[in-house]
Amino acid sequence: MSSAKSDRPPSPRWHIAVFLAPALSIYSALMVIPLASTLKQSLYNHVDDTLAFVGFDNFSKLLLDPTWATSFWNALSNNLVFFVIHMLLQNPIGIALAALLANPKLRLVRFYRTAIFVPTILSFVIVGFVWKLILSPLWGVAPSIMKAIGLGGLFAPWLGREDSALIALSLVSVWQFVGMPMILIYAALLSIPDEVLEAAECDGVTGWSQFFKIKLPLILPTIGIASILTFVGNFNAFDLVYVAQGAQAGPNYSTDLLGTFLYRTFFGFQLQLGDTYMGATIASMMFLLILFGVCTYLFFVQRRLQRYQL
Amino acid sequence: MFRSRSDLVRGIGAHAALGGYTLIALFPVALIVINAFKSRAAIFSEPLMPPTPKSFSLIGFETISARGDFISYFINSATVTGVSLALILLFGAMAAFALSEYRFRGNALIALYVALGIMIPIRLGTVAILQLVVSAGLVNNLVALVLVYTAQGLPLSVFILTEFMRQISADLKDAGRIDGLSEYKIFFTLVLPLVRPAIATVAVFTMIPIWNDLWFPLILAPAEQTKTITLGAQVFIGQFVTDWNAVLAALTLAIVPVLILYLLFSRQLVRGLTAGAVK
Repeated sequence: MSSAKSDRPPSPRWHIAVFLAPALSIYSALMVIPLASTLKQSLYNHVDDTLAFVGFDNFSKLLLDPTWATSFWNALSNNLVFFVIHMLLQNPIGIALAALLANPKLRLVRFYRTAIFVPTILSFVIVGFVWKLILSPLWGVAPSIMKAIGLGGLFAPWLGREDSALIALSLVSVWQFVGMPMILIYAALLSIPDEVLEAAECDGVTGWSQFFKIKLPLILPTIGIASILTFVGNFNAFDLVYVAQGAQAGPNYSTDLLGTFLYRTFFGFQLQLGDTYMGATIASMMFLLILFGVCTYLFFVQRRLQRYQL
Repeated sequence: MFRSRSDLVRGIGAHAALGGYTLIALFPVALIVINAFKSRAAIFSEPLMPPTPKSFSLIGFETISARGDFISYFINSATVTGVSLALILLFGAMAAFALSEYRFRGNALIALYVALGIMIPIRLGTVAILQLVVSAGLVNNLVALVLVYTAQGLPLSVFILTEFMRQISADLKDAGRIDGLSEYKIFFTLVLPLVRPAIATVAVFTMIPIWNDLWFPLILAPAEQTKTITLGAQVFIGQFVTDWNAVLAALTLAIVPVLILYLLFSRQLVRGLTAGAVK
């Protein structure tokens, strides 16, 4: 902590350490060290009742041994579907809503903005349960609404069927989190300087073409951030599936995500005992996937987008 | 002439789209709340109708209050969220002040080290966090939850507050130093009041996930006396799945506090965002 080059008083600067210490120690002790230790545990397992270093054996078991690999690849591909549906729907809807809200002449903006953000603040327990109720053939809210608009014949118990449960849950999750990209992109649209838009208007670029030619390129970095947040959130998801379908991610594991797979492996369920080391291995795989996604984004996407930033 | 008419059409279109989406966003919430105040027969026969004098009933709320533990879940959630939030904001602001105000060796490295936590979910360290909590004897103790949530919230808090503190003019702080204020006094009396809008933004963003979290209460504090409202509601729904009045009343009660907090802070949230906190 030498302060020779600083323009501040050269006395020993203990206050810097005092300011930093609480945050750094809590963050390190409960986040960085446990994460490192989890990564380390993924390289150990019980061999003949003693704990031994097994290298990448756990990982090869997870990826290749049918007893683990079937569940793992199922959870991973479900996770990919979950993410793709979010990217195709959540972010475009969020951008469209933000574009409408950012119109300076529009009234009631505050009301719309607040109302559309409401699902985002609700807990998964509420969201999972209410959609289960709505989609349940028992209560009949969805069937009767669909009948009222002439689509009654199309209704099916979507959450209970293997081929549709994952898509139904993804749509529920999109419904819940549309507010996030909307609010981020809305803020980005508001911070575009008026002069830029006035200049565009003088050149006759207005309406939709103004949005696509001027505003969209300027908010691309924010769309990138919204996308990477979606990615991290999706590959870390657990709560919605757990609440709506239970730890078994039914029907027949068709809604299993890496998060629920981790939960079952680490803590056990019904007759299966929890397995710390395979749990650590799955957590490490999730860490590597998220790290890979974030790095890809930072190196390839964000760097190119910087050019457009004001 | 033409221009104003097309503006009118466009305005109506925008209202139709936003209004339609608002309906989709609020419909499930409204469905819970209106049915929570109805008799069991009315919930099933007319789920979409608001309660009438004939169908109005508080039986669900009576069932819940007879059990009483809902209040203790609520207090647990409020305690954990409140204390975590206070620590996140205080420690986060202190670290952000150190990083934005002083030039010292390792400054950029420490900022990067903390920022890494924004993208990496703390949940992935659960295996080791549980072992740590067990060895510290903090299982089923709210302190464990507070510590975990503080660690989870600090990275974003430090990042946003650092950005904001960089914008505070140096003259003000130097004037304070000339007047003989200590660095601590400068932080608490000059800098903290100035970053209030940023603190509100951080508060909203960190509070919602903490209040709603299911994972860590499920793993670190599942005992009856330490259950949070999210975990409590989850268990309650499992037990009372046939008592629809009670379940809908419980869900309504779980919505209210977070909705009130959000309505109080929502203006601040957008203001903080547009001021350039998250870029």
